[in-house]
Amino acid sequence: MAEAVVVVRGGTVLDATGERRADVVVEGQWIVAVEEGVPVPRGATVLDAGGCVVAPGLVDLHCHLRQPGAEGSETIESGARAAALGGYTAVVAMPNTDPPIDSASVVRDVRSLASGVPCHVAVAGAITVGRAGERLAPMAELAELGVRLFTDDGTGVQSASLMRRALLYAGGLGVTLAQHCEEASLAEGGVMHEGAVSSRLGLAGVPALAEELMVVRDLALVRETGARLHFLHLSTAAALDAVARAKGVGLPVTAEVAPHHFTLTDDALLGFDPVFKVSPPLRPEGDVAAVRAALADGTVDAIATDHAPHPPEAKDRPIDEAPPGMVGLETALALAMTELEVPLHRVLALLSWQPAAIAGLAPDHGGPIAPGAAANLCVIDPARPWVVDPAALASRSRNTPYAGRRLSAKVRHTVLAGEPVVVDGQAQR
Amino acid sequence: MTSGVLDSAGLAARHLLTVDDLGAEGIERVLSVAGSFAEVGRRANPKVPALRGRTVATLFLEDSTRTRLSFETAARRLSADVVSFSASSSSLNKGESLRDTVATIEAMGVDALVVRHRASGTAHRVAAWAPGVAVVNAGDGWHQHPTQALADLYTVADALRRPGEDALGCFAGLPVAVVGDVRHSRVARSLVAAYAAVGARVTLVAPPTLLPPSLEGWPIAGVSSDLDEALEGARVVSLLRLQAERGSGAYVPSLREYTARWGLTVERAARLDATALVLHPGPVVRGVEVASEVADLPRARIGAQVRNGLVVRMAVLFLLLGHDTGSAGAGEQVAGGEDG
Repeated sequence: MAEAVVVVRGGTVLDATGERRADVVVEGQWIVAVEEGVPVPRGATVLDAGGCVVAPGLVDLHCHLRQPGAEGSETIESGARAAALGGYTAVVAMPNTDPPIDSASVVRDVRSLASGVPCHVAVAGAITVGRAGERLAPMAELAELGVRLFTDDGTGVQSASLMRRALLYAGGLGVTLAQHCEEASLAEGGVMHEGAVSSRLGLAGVPALAEELMVVRDLALVRETGARLHFLHLSTAAALDAVARAKGVGLPVTAEVAPHHFTLTDDALLGFDPVFKVSPPLRPEGDVAAVRAALADGTVDAIATDHAPHPPEAKDRPIDEAPPGMVGLETALALAMTELEVPLHRVLALLSWQPAAIAGLAPDHGGPIAPGAAANLCVIDPARPWVVDPAALASRSRNTPYAGRRLSAKVRHTVLAGEPVVVDGQAQR
Repeated sequence: MTSGVLDSAGLAARHLLTVDDLGAEGIERVLSVAGSFAEVGRRANPKVPALRGRTVATLFLEDSTRTRLSFETAARRLSADVVSFSASSSSLNKGESLRDTVATIEAMGVDALVVRHRASGTAHRVAAWAPGVAVVNAGDGWHQHPTQALADLYTVADALRRPGEDALGCFAGLPVAVVGDVRHSRVARSLVAAYAAVGARVTLVAPPTLLPPSLEGWPIAGVSSDLDEALEGARVVSLLRLQAERGSGAYVPSLREYTARWGLTVERAARLDATALVLHPGPVVRGVEVASEVADLPRARIGAQVRNGLVVRMAVLFLLLGHDTGSAGAGEQVAGGEDG
């Protein structure tokens, strides 16, 4: 049987190598031609890309797919569909599931749940058993299964001595650790950023210092061990400044930020709506400006969603009882294109090829669009206004902080391993 | 009493969630209506038919006796029906969410819902969940306790207002010291907003650990960690309760050390201005934030605060609910007394 042929026609191809007008011909799972005005083979599926940008599929370093354990919030399938609609062809699922992803058997379970879903799901493993911060998880065994990223996300590894050992051990395996930087003794009980707004509202705060202290500690540990470390969802000026200086002296660190940290401020909490509760918390204007500057100047390597679905019954509670987190897979690209004053090439670097490299998913994901490359693509309409409607999300959860926000760009098609999984903004399965 | 005050419209706000919902004009209205109710309260039968046929529900999900009793008594004096919910008596014990409990109460057709909750912002959430009900915040976390602040302002005005003076005239430039655990105090946040709205000058006095992390935007005249200095010239000293758990080494080394530096001792009280008032929202922990002898001095208005809390709460319920009860003028309802 002949392989299915897909032609992405009439768009502007934009990848790490640059930008050109070209049609992209896909046969089976592979790109076979990238040329302007190719004749359409008989029987081919044509995806119209007129006026659109054809980019490598996006890669999310940080999402919570909730399976196993909290299938009421999200499943791997529903999360993968949301990801595909957001232009992602690969996502890294965080290990704070129930049970957590800290053993080979859970890795295998998650992989089997992820087979056949409309987005590639890579798993991150836990650094410590049960994410309890007490002893190392079997990282070598998980690395043999192909796990490239390890994190206790949801919390940071609090013990400096354990983190030091984890970095040494991971360095020997060639895998990357990723840290949720928050010093628990300072952050404990906090429901929002500690500052003028929290003081006025009488809410316990998480100080910016909680993030900075762990970043600074971990930079010293990286300097000593030489191991790679990725900083998850940085949100404060001080932490970003420390990372910029560390990069300046060549430490092997990378950093991501989440869209809500460059689009929302802690003022959003004034109505006490837990939809705006997230960890790390929304910060004041000065930190938001620092996040934007760090995205523009290269301090930050990736935009990651921290997609954290929660059902209404979990969020519709007094704010100190509601869990932190926001969904983000379906809005990240549009927010970055609408809100950031950086060229599209840089937006895509932050959303595709740079995170793909950090996650060990390149070049299959995020790689240059060229004959012989894996056909993982997203087609973006850069001038398509739309309004975020929580009810229209493919995620099982509705906890977006952007309800009613007007955005100016939208994913039109997503191609996963040669298969059009999103066509004209509609999920195909 | 002037019926004109009560005949005019209610409050601009639909709910009373924070003192900011009132502004100076709203505060003046509440105090003036409360004054009318205080007069009624001195009659043989203190009940008025102003809220006959209306239902006030109290939903107290944190231990509180005085505030709940005060609100329920206020509602009954206005002839409203009262229904009470508490954590132990409601389905919240059976796993029902607060949102569903609120929806149930709303479906019963209550007109006002008085909410007390451990978490800041819960009254706001309840107001968002139950759009058809007037929500009164009876204390939410560390955030606000507006009727307590109104009771304090009433108490101060009652003591300081000179005959013929404007309703809020006594507050202009009035030096007020708010002393104690500001950080964890909903009363402090409401007091600061209320005193600022009426033109008083508030100084916060506390050990730095018991101040909020930021005072940016707070309408205060100053901050001090030296009580002796702050008491010089103060005309009102508002003491806040120090919760015992804050004194166990987490925020101050010990209650003993707290009392020595930030307690209103007999010696400190003796140095106060002759006309200065001492207020405390209660419950008072004698010997910690205020010496027992000081709490019993004539200048201490702690009992008056409780009495005034009742009339202020009557005024709030009346102004939120009473202005659209039909053809009878509100003033007439008040003046007419209980007739049934």
